[in-house]
Amino acid sequence: MPESITIAVVRRLSPLLLLFFLFTGFVPQLLANTSTGEASLQEAWKALTDKSYSKKEKAITLIARQNTADAYPVMKAMLDGKLYFSTRDKTLFVLKEQDGNYAFTPLFAGQAVTQESKRGFKKVKINNRLRTRLRQALALLQLQHEDKKLRLAAVQELLKNPDSKAANLIRDVVEKETDTEIRTAMHTLLAVIQLESPNENEQREAIKKLADSLNPSALNALTAYQPPNTALKKLANAAIQKINDRRDNYARAETIFFGLSLGSVLALAAIGLAITFGVMGVINMAHGELIMIGAYTTYVIQLLMPEHIGISVIVAIPAAFIVSGLVGMAIELTVIRHLYGRPLETLLATFGVSLVLQQTVRSIFSPLNRSVETPQWMSGAFQINEVLALTWNRFYIIIFCLAVFVALILVMKKTLLGLQVRAVSQNRLMARAMGVRSKWVDALTFGLGSGIAGMAGVALSLLTNVGPNLGQSYIIDSFMVVVFGGVGNLWGTLVAGMSLGVINKVLEPWAGAVLAKILVLVFIILFIQKRPTGLFPQRGRAAED
Amino acid sequence: MMKSQLKKLAIAAAITASTLASSSLAWAEDTIKVGVLHSLSGTMAISETTLKDTMLMLIDEQNRKGGVLGKKLEAVVVDPASNWPLFAEKARELITKDHTVVTFGCWTSVSRKSVLPVFEELNSILFYPVQYEGEESSKNVFYTGAAPNQQAVPAVDYLMNELGVKRWVLAGTDYVYPRTTNKILKAYLIARGVKESDIMINYTPFGHSDWQSIVSDIKKFGSAGKKTAVVSTINGDANVPFYKELGNQGISAEDIPVVAFSVGEEELSGLDTKPLVGHLAAWNYFMSVESDENSDFISAWKKYIKDNKRVTNDPMEAHYIGFNMWVKAVEKAGTTDPEAVQKALIGVAVPNLSGGYSAMMPNHHITKPVLIGEIQDNGQFDIVWETSGLVAGDAWSDYLPGSRDLISDWRTPLSCGNYNVKTKKCSGQNY
Repeated sequence: MPESITIAVVRRLSPLLLLFFLFTGFVPQLLANTSTGEASLQEAWKALTDKSYSKKEKAITLIARQNTADAYPVMKAMLDGKLYFSTRDKTLFVLKEQDGNYAFTPLFAGQAVTQESKRGFKKVKINNRLRTRLRQALALLQLQHEDKKLRLAAVQELLKNPDSKAANLIRDVVEKETDTEIRTAMHTLLAVIQLESPNENEQREAIKKLADSLNPSALNALTAYQPPNTALKKLANAAIQKINDRRDNYARAETIFFGLSLGSVLALAAIGLAITFGVMGVINMAHGELIMIGAYTTYVIQLLMPEHIGISVIVAIPAAFIVSGLVGMAIELTVIRHLYGRPLETLLATFGVSLVLQQTVRSIFSPLNRSVETPQWMSGAFQINEVLALTWNRFYIIIFCLAVFVALILVMKKTLLGLQVRAVSQNRLMARAMGVRSKWVDALTFGLGSGIAGMAGVALSLLTNVGPNLGQSYIIDSFMVVVFGGVGNLWGTLVAGMSLGVINKVLEPWAGAVLAKILVLVFIILFIQKRPTGLFPQRGRAAED
Repeated sequence: MMKSQLKKLAIAAAITASTLASSSLAWAEDTIKVGVLHSLSGTMAISETTLKDTMLMLIDEQNRKGGVLGKKLEAVVVDPASNWPLFAEKARELITKDHTVVTFGCWTSVSRKSVLPVFEELNSILFYPVQYEGEESSKNVFYTGAAPNQQAVPAVDYLMNELGVKRWVLAGTDYVYPRTTNKILKAYLIARGVKESDIMINYTPFGHSDWQSIVSDIKKFGSAGKKTAVVSTINGDANVPFYKELGNQGISAEDIPVVAFSVGEEELSGLDTKPLVGHLAAWNYFMSVESDENSDFISAWKKYIKDNKRVTNDPMEAHYIGFNMWVKAVEKAGTTDPEAVQKALIGVAVPNLSGGYSAMMPNHHITKPVLIGEIQDNGQFDIVWETSGLVAGDAWSDYLPGSRDLISDWRTPLSCGNYNVKTKKCSGQNY
């Protein structure tokens, strides 16, 4: 029941707010308005149901200024898109969805309604301007909210457009604030305002405080600052320099993270190929389509369990492995099996298979892209500080890539299947002589590689489009990574993927995305000229023939 | 023995072939053939398949009303497979082999440029339904999508005047439409007093999927204290990862709004739109437009496609307008002969879906209202602004040197697609 709690909180706080208004000189204005205030407030509530955005904006300003107990929950509901009005008599309701039903709670008079559709109710629509307005108005009210996150969000909202009104409010609460992060943000805001003071000592102090802050408003305030004398000018410039240096360092860290995350996507897409192409020597042009099948599996799983989006992604991982693995084995048994030792025919045949798979998907799911919903726990970012934030989905994908890789190494090194795979790939005849059923091993190996491609598809479905062309965009990158890393070497694939990712991201800021990609390709061509066997060449007898 | 049998067989085959040919000829005279040239496979299939279905629906409806000039229409659908040279081949096939009198088709500018010489050589008619970069006016092409002054420029005006945007990121996919549009926009912004340091231009490859550093750059560019907006000409598939990354890096529409020229209802249907609420798009039509024509169109479309969740979008409206214009022009001319229809088309006005009338201008562009919509959490757009009247499409931008002095007027006596008002000369090219 968050709504009722927030109402209670605001009610409890209202004496405090009243006190604040007393100080800031709001109350005289308010008192003068009380007689007409009631009436105009009623008007304002009504105006919210109007179609015109400018009327709504005026209404919000009025409601925020009057600041009755209803203001907070209404504005919050409005911002969240939960504020509705009945089309019959234009009274306001707050919507709550529970188990597929829509519960409408009246704000003032009227009866609560629960029904299966939204029939008879219309949403109070808002646009960007109103959203900004609402956020700022809410921020002022949320400064003393008991939820730490809301308080922090409130200060950060106010920091975007610092003004003396916000500063006055913050001055009252900053001493009571227990959380250091919020306090720092509050002090930054106060310093930004302090910088505008006519007193030079105050200005000097403000500059010193701002020099330690990474908040963009601190830098903006310092850049816009007009120092009255050279001493202050020097101080301000030094502060700007200091902030910029720190920001540059964090930007570098961010680039590395971006590079690793791009690298892990490349490596994930390529690991499956490292087995089918690297270990088995099959040029599998349908590898990208196996990734695509994994992505579509994620989509289907989400369709099957719409209530549990959070778990669906986890369920999709083994499901995609099995589906793609089975498709891969089917391709091996029907096509590739008959073409071993004929690389050109294999290339053509698998290319044909890839087209068949694409068109099949197009016929089943339509050529339109499908949306895979990102679960709550994977969206958003991990805020390290004001300039550095690491996005969760990328973070999990790096971890997922490493986990898949470790699991694969274990399979190859510690299990009987792994042993047999290595035996067959090193010397087929000898392995068969030792009693290994090489044909069965071939099918299983191909299935394993395909299954891993399917798992990569799960990760990619969260980052990019799930459509019939998904595979095409990754097939070239995958081959590039495997060849660059050294055919037949799993570690090489990981290192190659990660380093290509980082190189790409380091180049991107100054070369642009298009040129960066070309430069990476040129680099790989030159590298392969120099070392045809890649970063970590396979040693031993198998490499010689 | 063997020989005579073969001879008989050959004669029989010849007879069958000739009867088949004559019967198909007779059949051809009963119907009017309309070419549909949209990719049904390959990268562009995602957008173009819908337009093929739209055309089939419109033709179907027209036939139920009795066809045109007392004859039924017959759609000839070919698949150029997102392959630009194949577009030209298929166009030639449509006109010379299937004898289509008009063709509705193409999506990307490069496919239009590829078929253009074919249509001019064979003097046929092409209706092109997608917003494009302008700088072209062919005798044989009718542009029912938006020119830059019907989409890009009003959108920038909206951001500047209504949202107070001072700093601009022009982000696009690396091909002709975004490059030309951004060139026009940059010239326009500078003419409106925006400093060059307040404009950031960024291009990415087709289908770009790793937006981390670019979004992070936009975030940094936007944190300089001035209101910043992104004008996006990012095409098709690349939009989904772009918007996902915006959401993940916590850039909300209130901080840095993105106004897109290539994102419509169809693109949003493949996307979870909750993190995108408030971002903008500029089009000449939204599915959420409230008009009788529009609700009729939507229900007809849903019924035709047998899917209650399918959406309508701007290029579909363009085909709706284009097709009705062609029907009206054919009725006006009393013939389907392309030369006569081309003349009759100029000045034809038909209802559009936003409750008004669109007219074909002498420069082969049409008049349309410009709408700005905000993305809602249900994948629809809420219209927040629209031009007070209709905007006439301008083939040659007024903001580019070289193109500023050109006008297009296909009426006699001028009959020229690029007449230079300064030198008083019509350039020899047809487009």
